[in-house]
Amino acid sequence: MIYREVGDFKTTYKDDGQTFPIKFDRLRYYVVLAIAFAVVPFLVNDYWLNAILLPFLIYSIAAIGLNILTGYCGQVSLGTGGFMAVGAYSCYKLMTGFPDLNIFFCVLLSGFVTALVGMLFGLPSLRIKGFYLAVATLAAQFFLVWLFNKVAWFYNYSASGQINAPERTILGYKITGAETSAPVTYLFCLVFVVLLAIVARNLTRGHLGRSWMAIRDMDIAAEIIGVNPLKAKLTAFGISSFYIGIAGALLFAVYLGAVEVGEVFGIQKSFLVLFMVIIGGLGSIFGSFAGAAFMVLLPVLLKNILVGQFGWATDIAAHLEFAIVGALIVMFLILEPHGLAQLWRIIKEKLRLWPFPH
Amino acid sequence: MKFKTLTAVALATMMAAPPAFADLVFPSLSYRTGPYAANGIPFADGYEDYFKLVNARDGGIGGEMARVIECETGYNTEKGVECYESTKGEGALVYQPLSTGITYQLIPKSAADGIPLHTMGYGRTSAANGKVFNTVFNYPANYWNGASAVVNHLLEINDGDIEGKTLALVYHNSAYGKEPIRTLEELSKKHGFELTLLPVDHPGQEQKSQWLQIRRERPDYVTMWGWGVMNATAIQEAANIRYPMENFIGVWWSGSENDVRPVGAKANGYKALNFHGIGDDYPVYDDLKEYVYDKGEASGAGDQAGTVLYNRGLYAAMLAVEAAKKAQEIHETGDITPAMMRDGMEALEITEELMTEIGMPNFGPAFKVSCENHGGPGLASVNQWDAEAGAWTQISDFSESDMEVIGGLIDEDSAAYAKENKVEEACS
Repeated sequence: MIYREVGDFKTTYKDDGQTFPIKFDRLRYYVVLAIAFAVVPFLVNDYWLNAILLPFLIYSIAAIGLNILTGYCGQVSLGTGGFMAVGAYSCYKLMTGFPDLNIFFCVLLSGFVTALVGMLFGLPSLRIKGFYLAVATLAAQFFLVWLFNKVAWFYNYSASGQINAPERTILGYKITGAETSAPVTYLFCLVFVVLLAIVARNLTRGHLGRSWMAIRDMDIAAEIIGVNPLKAKLTAFGISSFYIGIAGALLFAVYLGAVEVGEVFGIQKSFLVLFMVIIGGLGSIFGSFAGAAFMVLLPVLLKNILVGQFGWATDIAAHLEFAIVGALIVMFLILEPHGLAQLWRIIKEKLRLWPFPH
Repeated sequence: MKFKTLTAVALATMMAAPPAFADLVFPSLSYRTGPYAANGIPFADGYEDYFKLVNARDGGIGGEMARVIECETGYNTEKGVECYESTKGEGALVYQPLSTGITYQLIPKSAADGIPLHTMGYGRTSAANGKVFNTVFNYPANYWNGASAVVNHLLEINDGDIEGKTLALVYHNSAYGKEPIRTLEELSKKHGFELTLLPVDHPGQEQKSQWLQIRRERPDYVTMWGWGVMNATAIQEAANIRYPMENFIGVWWSGSENDVRPVGAKANGYKALNFHGIGDDYPVYDDLKEYVYDKGEASGAGDQAGTVLYNRGLYAAMLAVEAAKKAQEIHETGDITPAMMRDGMEALEITEELMTEIGMPNFGPAFKVSCENHGGPGLASVNQWDAEAGAWTQISDFSESDMEVIGGLIDEDSAAYAKENKVEEACS
């Protein structure tokens, strides 16, 4: 009843091809956007921003990026942490090398730099597949972290090897640095998330996305029907890395402010984003958001319940957190291998018929 | 509907702030899990126990009860930021994150929020310059004092001449481990010894290649900037290649019982720096026994009392308590704010009499903090591990470090920070 298609007639091809063909879906989307842009900025405080919203938004971008590569194009990548590091370090070099450059363009440009690096590391994907490709991207992960630790130029020869984001503003509002206000940084990241999500959604519905999916489903068959594997795979690597690079740049510049490559962009970050994609649902933009929300919110929620409400010892809570998150991941993979996105799809199907399922 | 209620409950739980008390809040950003837990636990226990003692014995600090909020960081910077944000709203007076990585995150935040940061023997060394780092303190000693203390010890055992000797630095490949490099390089120029750098990646369980290199090159001395599981691994590897333990000197973060005990008898003779007293032969331990342990109030498992890092936790808490008292004295109010706490820390004076009064005679050096010097005197002693007795022995007095070299480096680094962040050098 809620999700009704009956009476929602499409009279033009344009209408039929829009992103959300169901009216209710479309409305819901506008409502979510309106709340995110017009309501949340007035409610957000430092804790909500730093503990929940910023990580959620930033990891959503990274998850969309990895989803393009792994979910849509079927190329397994364990190099996400390394590519995020590329984004962070190029953002740092751009910020310090061109102090007058607007931070928005710094972040955008670091995405392009990461795209180039990603395409470079994507070249082996033309020859190797599956586990072997995973190992090759794993090599990228370790190589990039090592590089940023080893070559002092990347961290401007600072004694500690850390990079610190200097203060940058847009229209007088502080985006990076210590004295930022919560709504401003939130909106800054939100703009990136919304723009990138719209682009991703439309890319995956178009020619490029279809060629990625063809490669994912069976690369030989795709080649026979005329999909160029070189182009498909390299664009997937490039665009995916672009997203991941932007996520890395935002993580460094807006969220953390100071970064140490080995600790922040280590292999565990690659796994974290991969878990987000798997739990959220491979090959789904909504799934990327759901997965990011799940992995960011659940530990914070568990901590607040176990320590804040029950008053348990912090170490027991931390260990339990690992166990519970782990168990939930396993449970999800068994009960719903297609992730949270599939659950959402099932709910939608049910709602279409509700309350008359027969 | 069920899902909705669940979400509502979840949201309510996240929003609900614990009831506010009118007391002095000291957050403890601890880590009792992960690869650094072996070192994080004793410090957190000591820190918490001292506040329990102060509450039970003295009825709080100047009549105000102290409250410790513990937050698990796992030595992870992202969790550290989350902990900072979730505790700062409760009126946190001072942060002691026990992690250089988290310290770097918190320095700009602490400046913006006006909440002081005390990084005792870690963190950003140039924070010793209080003219630039208004809210950050690292008394009584910092990394560069430590680096200099290692070299001074080498000078001492070599009758003042280490020309042509070789020194290898095994360090945690992070901001923490990289801190001493600049100082050691300066000192190597000054004293003419050769320095080899051997980075070990987080978490530090994989050190075969580094120790293979040491085995091949046989440096005269090895010094270590390690933490957590890296310490025990390094000492084990040194024992495996039969490196003479008395030539292996760790910084004060690589010198706890938990680092040497796993290696057993082979760790005998390993040296480590320290900037405070060792063992439990202090009157304060009698009080702790009476007011805390015997009541079953000991933090954690209660088995860390008297260890090096437990003592360090006590020391950190003691300095925080004394600074709070000072702040109460200056501002003539019991209920101090973080800004008042900062003033108290800057005016802190630790004398022999005071240390004796609180039951910790000769536990640490007497010193006085000032706006120009947030770093304290930088005195360090050398401890040596006696595997048979299972205890550390102090083999040298607290001695000065080479402030000529360090002072210059501090000015240089803090000036760079001031320029980068547009901070005006000033004393308030």
